[in-house]
Amino acid sequence: MSVIYLLLAISVVVAIIFFVAFIFSVKSGQYDDSFTPSVRMLFEDELVKKKPKDELQIDKKSIQLKE
Amino acid sequence: MDSNGCYHCGDNLEDKVIKFDDKKFCCNGCKTVYEIFSTNDLSYYYELQSAAGATPKAIEGKYDFLKSAAIVDRLLEFNDDKLQIVNLYIPHIHCSSCIWILENLNKLSPHINTSQVDFPKKTVRVTYQSNALSLQELVILLARIGYEPYISLDDYDNKKKSIDRSLVYQLGVAGFAFGNVMFLSFPDYFDLSSSAYSGGEFWLNRYQHIFRWLMFVFSLPVVFYAGKDYFISAFKGLRSNILNIDVPIALGIAVLFLRSTLEIAFDWGNGFFDSLTGLVFFLLLGKFFQQKTYAFLSFERDYKSYFPIAVTRLTAEGKEETTQVHDIKKGDRLLIRNEELIPVDGILINGNANIDYSFVTGESEAVKKKSGDKVFAGGKQLHGVIEMEVLKSVSQSYLTQLWSNAVFKTDSSNKFQSLTDSIGKRFTIVVLSIAFASAAFWLFYDPSKAMNVFTAVLIIACPCAISLAAPFTLGNMLRIFGQRKFYLKNTQTIEQLAQIDTAIFDKTGTITTTEKSTATYEGMPLTAAEESLIKNTLRASNHPLSRSLYAMLAEQNIVTLDEYEEHLGKGLGGAKGGRSVKIGSADFVTNELENDTLNTAVHISSNEEYKGKYVFHNEYREGVEEVFQAMSKTLKLAVLSGDNEGEKKRLEELLPKLTPLYFNQKPQQKLDFIKSLQEKGNKIVMVGDGLNDAGALAQAEVGIAISENVAIFSPACDGILDATKFKQLFSYIFASRKAMKIIKLSFVLSLFYNIIGLYFAVSGQLQPVIAAILMPLSSISVVAFATIMTNLIGKKLK
Repeated sequence: MSVIYLLLAISVVVAIIFFVAFIFSVKSGQYDDSFTPSVRMLFEDELVKKKPKDELQIDKKSIQLKE
Repeated sequence: MDSNGCYHCGDNLEDKVIKFDDKKFCCNGCKTVYEIFSTNDLSYYYELQSAAGATPKAIEGKYDFLKSAAIVDRLLEFNDDKLQIVNLYIPHIHCSSCIWILENLNKLSPHINTSQVDFPKKTVRVTYQSNALSLQELVILLARIGYEPYISLDDYDNKKKSIDRSLVYQLGVAGFAFGNVMFLSFPDYFDLSSSAYSGGEFWLNRYQHIFRWLMFVFSLPVVFYAGKDYFISAFKGLRSNILNIDVPIALGIAVLFLRSTLEIAFDWGNGFFDSLTGLVFFLLLGKFFQQKTYAFLSFERDYKSYFPIAVTRLTAEGKEETTQVHDIKKGDRLLIRNEELIPVDGILINGNANIDYSFVTGESEAVKKKSGDKVFAGGKQLHGVIEMEVLKSVSQSYLTQLWSNAVFKTDSSNKFQSLTDSIGKRFTIVVLSIAFASAAFWLFYDPSKAMNVFTAVLIIACPCAISLAAPFTLGNMLRIFGQRKFYLKNTQTIEQLAQIDTAIFDKTGTITTTEKSTATYEGMPLTAAEESLIKNTLRASNHPLSRSLYAMLAEQNIVTLDEYEEHLGKGLGGAKGGRSVKIGSADFVTNELENDTLNTAVHISSNEEYKGKYVFHNEYREGVEEVFQAMSKTLKLAVLSGDNEGEKKRLEELLPKLTPLYFNQKPQQKLDFIKSLQEKGNKIVMVGDGLNDAGALAQAEVGIAISENVAIFSPACDGILDATKFKQLFSYIFASRKAMKIIKLSFVLSLFYNIIGLYFAVSGQLQPVIAAILMPLSSISVVAFATIMTNLIGKKLK
């Protein structure tokens, strides 16, 4: 039954690993701004496609304007 | 897309429309920004959010001070030979388009490596190659696309405030330990009478020591790190002879820890480590919840946040040089450009001064000055360049010397005793007497149990639920107010707001709007032809008074004038078909000086014959009358105005009878007025808006700043109220009073749990498992009660 020592040790070590990860993430400032990343993650794709689509979009806009 | 507004900034297109690329723009500035974006493949900006931009302002020469290496060095966050990092505050950041364009700055300049926006704080951190791009060029680039950074004296003086994250760490430690201790105490929960003598499970008995000592190890950081603030606060309180609520809490934590340690050391039982860690975790959770901050607002601003870092000084040889504001001496000659702030008091030497004192007084209409006139610090020069001679240094100027008053140096929060603390005092006395009385009783009856009962009383009476009631009630109220655009500095402000009995208002900009948009005509009646001519003459002028008069006059056919001239700072002249009009100041129209200095007026003459004048009035905010009527029933009211008595009659009609009105009040007088009322025992809320109210706002128990644009301008205060919510002000004060009632009810609720717990403790039957159930139960029910009740109040608020 002394395997309980091993199990306890493992559980405590795992817990501590997560705890340290938490401390580091706070320290690096991950939680300082919780809003901007949620907006930023939606940008990336459009940026890459931007160039070829550019003229098309402007045309669409100008049609709308004339109406 | 809204085709009525400018494609870039969304402003109403009035008479001048610039067409470019099939899109309409209100001015060349907006068009230029569009050109920059579209030629750099950045027109996606307009698709994220239509009309998100701002019109770039003239910035010529404004950032010359960034040439000085000493100034730049203090603004930078990081600086080596090749790379510089700067964090700039940009008030215009307001939507996803802003984030997108600012994070794609590298498309506009190849020397910018990365840029990252912090939306709640409205800042952008830019990393750029300093050998190819200077900070000045970067700032000018940002200003050119309508994102002008706000660089003030404040940035220069306070170097990098480090963010205090210790509460998050403490909460993390307590939560981590709480979870693990709960897990480790499971064997004990399953086998409640687990001692070898009473025949418990053999396996549990054999390994219980390892479980117990592990719990002990986990509780160490909770007591000595996460809970240390309670010990420090209790110690400080005791040293100044105050029994605050932290005294019984610290006592509870200490007794829990010592008794549990002794229990496991001498094998008496399994201790209360689960209750201990849980208690600290819940307490810190309350603290965390209370700590709602509005990152984009600042409640600590003083004049430094608005003053420039450097201005242009003219040397004896007539050369221009950039000087830091602190180095300006009496007798220096300064050059103040368009849109620049005057940093010191002085005498105007030449130029057409048209000074906007709205930062100082809340009055939006610019004041004209002639050479030889005195100009005061805090005014913003509009239209053109002026030269001035310095009379006083920055810290001694009329406005800024207000900040040397002691009221800005003492922290008022220390003086205030919160409801929780005043209850905590009585609570501590009662708990200690119960503990000693029951210990004394057991000493006679069964001495072996006396120590047990004594510690059990201190443990169970630990006022966890009581100290959670206020943070959750007030923290939730703070959020509810925030959603309704009433931003408070901290939860203590709500408690103070509930206690006030006097409300003092500033006039200009507070109970009036900053725009002067109503005018009445006094004088000889105008003919239809004259009215048409006046309207058409006004059409071409950009002066704010012309614009508002133009909007007020009846619609006329557009005719082309034969003659039109604009005399800067004086007035307009127009002629059509042998008829001419002059519109403007009294000395321009009639060659006489203005005799009525109390009101703002635009004079009219037709064919050199004086006709009459349009007198402008301050427009009162919607609902002023109702707010004052409602408040006058329970609060004493007064109006303190820095203005002259021109509006006295209208105010008297508008406000409840006998409301005291004081005019011509200087900033220092406002402060003293509030002080004198406080000495009579009144508790005061001051509602103001300009820097001239800053002293009064700081002196009053609660200072509330009214702001049309909360992110950009507000003096130091305890709360910022969005101008549109002015008429709700009284209902907010009323809601804070209700919140205090909720806290008192929560105290009753938690006392009820304490009495049950004390029954177990005094009779000597307190088992760890009872403590482990009772404590979270009382905390959770108090938190639930407080949250539900405050949400009910919040629903009624608009």
